[in-house]
Amino acid sequence: MSGRSGMSGMSGPILRLDELRTYYPARRNLVDWARRRPRRVVRAVDGVSFEVHEGEILALVGETGCGKTSTIQTVVGGFPATSGRVVVDGRDVTRLSGRRLRAVRRITQMIFQDPYESLNPRLRIRKAVEEPLQVHKLVASRSERRRLASEALERVGLTPAELFVDRFPHELSGGQRQRVAIAAALILNPRLLLADEPVSMLDVSIRAGVLSLIDGLRRERAMAVVLVTHDLSTAAHYADRIAVMYLGRIVEEGPTADVLRNPQHPYTQALLSVVPKSDPRDRFVPRVLEGETPNPANVPAGCRFHPRCPVATAECTVVDPALAPPRASRAAGHRVACILTQGPPPVEEREAAGANNA
Amino acid sequence: MALLEVRDLHVWFALPSGRELHAVKGVGLDVERGELFGLIGESGCGKTTTVLALMGLLPSSASVAGSVRVDGADVLSGGEKGARAHRWTETAMVFQGSMNAFSPVKTIGWQIAEPMEIHGVASRRAARARAGELLELVGIPAAAARRYPHQFSGGMRQRAAIAMALSCEPKLLLADEPTTALDVMVQAQILELLQRLARELHLTVVLVTHDLPLVAHICDRAAVMYGGEIAEVAAVDALYHESRHPYTRMLFAATPELLGGKDVTSIPGSPPRLDQPIVGCAFRPRCDSAVVRCATDHPALAEVARGHEAACHLNDPATGVLSVPDAGQPAGGAG
Ligand SMILES: Nc1ncnc2c1ncn2[C@@H]1O[C@H](COP(=O)(O)OP(=O)(O)OP(=O)(O)O)[C@@H](O)[C@H]1O
Ligand SMILES: [Mg+2]
Repeated sequence: MSGRSGMSGMSGPILRLDELRTYYPARRNLVDWARRRPRRVVRAVDGVSFEVHEGEILALVGETGCGKTSTIQTVVGGFPATSGRVVVDGRDVTRLSGRRLRAVRRITQMIFQDPYESLNPRLRIRKAVEEPLQVHKLVASRSERRRLASEALERVGLTPAELFVDRFPHELSGGQRQRVAIAAALILNPRLLLADEPVSMLDVSIRAGVLSLIDGLRRERAMAVVLVTHDLSTAAHYADRIAVMYLGRIVEEGPTADVLRNPQHPYTQALLSVVPKSDPRDRFVPRVLEGETPNPANVPAGCRFHPRCPVATAECTVVDPALAPPRASRAAGHRVACILTQGPPPVEEREAAGANNA
Repeated sequence: MALLEVRDLHVWFALPSGRELHAVKGVGLDVERGELFGLIGESGCGKTTTVLALMGLLPSSASVAGSVRVDGADVLSGGEKGARAHRWTETAMVFQGSMNAFSPVKTIGWQIAEPMEIHGVASRRAARARAGELLELVGIPAAAARRYPHQFSGGMRQRAAIAMALSCEPKLLLADEPTTALDVMVQAQILELLQRLARELHLTVVLVTHDLPLVAHICDRAAVMYGGEIAEVAAVDALYHESRHPYTRMLFAATPELLGGKDVTSIPGSPPRLDQPIVGCAFRPRCDSAVVRCATDHPALAEVARGHEAACHLNDPATGVLSVPDAGQPAGGAG
């Protein structure tokens, strides 16, 4: 890992989540209300732990409503954490306030799925990119701000910057708008970038440009990146590690190659099996799960995946599994939340499993 | 005779500025009976406009030329009256975003039954009963007909939209981005459904999407559109393994693969403006193999192998290997 030029000088992950829980009050329907049932909670994030180190891209993958966005929204303070810790650069942001909090916030930046969400349509590009500097009162001189904005735009490939600075967001293509949003996010030199589906609104022809830009920046500046995506092929291509979320929990996590080639959780296996391949000769057998992800206001007891799991046992309906190293993978950091795949096996079985999955 | 025959289809939109936008430029298609046919391309390339023209459902600001035959019958020549005779009963469509187009205040069953009554294919009672059957056909219990759209998940609403399109037993189903807003697992369910319907109902399906792997996965043949034209059309295997158009090749190169270690490269620049005339090849400013001729000659779609057509000068022996690569490549990067 490259040398650190950090603020704190402490070693350790840039971001660490520790049993993070974010619950929202559920809307009560009329029946609940009439019967005076207690208000239910939506367990959007329900015990999530992971670490991201500098220069690393962690992909957070999973289906709509699994809690990916809530997780990173909690990290940036958009939602309050119900319990657990969000440790950014060694400091628990759930316990900070005021100036200290702002200092930590400054090293964390976020980009959204829809660049319109982060770009004010009435602000010219130059203003949009300069804005974070003004908000954090970092650079007093106007000419210096201008210089930094132009530099940021050129870094994201909008060259020459003069061609873009005076335009409004609607005068740019989708890919260019997303680049402006990235330039604005990067002008504060964040050490942690949270990217929520940064390319899913863009055409496939230009996605690679935006993603390799993010990829290059984390390499050059040892930035840590959490890439939220529902597209497993994108995660496969750009992430160092993949964390698979299901109903508010990470069910499998590990180095990208290991999660892809040797998936352990039945959910990960099913999810990977249905990703279409470009080559029609790549015959694959989709293992299509029935139904859809259940409502996080109603998390099943035991393993939350058991009602849809093709291999669930009676034990799975009662035991809520924690992440632990899987039996059939020796990769460092590969963990799975499934009692059927955890635990040390006899040595022979381990060898056999390794060979099968190679 | 192919079930769907499109010849030299053109669509122009009159813009408020007084200019004209040429959205579809001489598209020709043959889709065989029972085939799953893909229509692929970037946003704005004219996919939706093309299939709306096949349905006779373009807005009044549009003018259309060319011919569209479904099962031998001419769809365009009879004006709205002619189109109405074929719409839903011969050709049906699942609209882009249709899963979000249900009215929130009426039950799903009511909304599926209504078009059947309007088109006079069933009495009210028969239409209600048929709505239940149609839901069963797409994998939803008939009893769910009494529920409202908000009680359905996204995947169920998309199934209901497909059920609705099938209500008048069409021969041809045009599905415009039917899985785009859905998760990969629900997408897989919908694709399975389309494949099963094609098989069981002998339905011909045109799948419109920007997602190449999806087409590679379930379609037999596909057409790649660029700037309102067909750039290449072939069996999906040939499109991937023996592509004869740089755009197709570059699109595949821009698509990440789950287990492929290959580099992913974006296509520089952006699609052409369609409200201005284009000289030469529309893809030339973004093409990695353009030659001098591409700047001046418009390439026509021509057969390059059996069942394989492409519109690219590189396939023409007369273009020659000695052509000087065009120096005017785009600066790129700013996509
Ligand atoms: N009603 C309209 N009036 C004017 N221009 C239109 C109209 N509908 C579409 N267009 C233009 O016609 C061209 C083709 O649009 P179309 O919607 O067919 O593309 P598409 O390939 O379906 O794109 P997407 O993938 O975004 O759905 C675009 O340039 C679009 O802006
Ligand atoms: Mg469309």
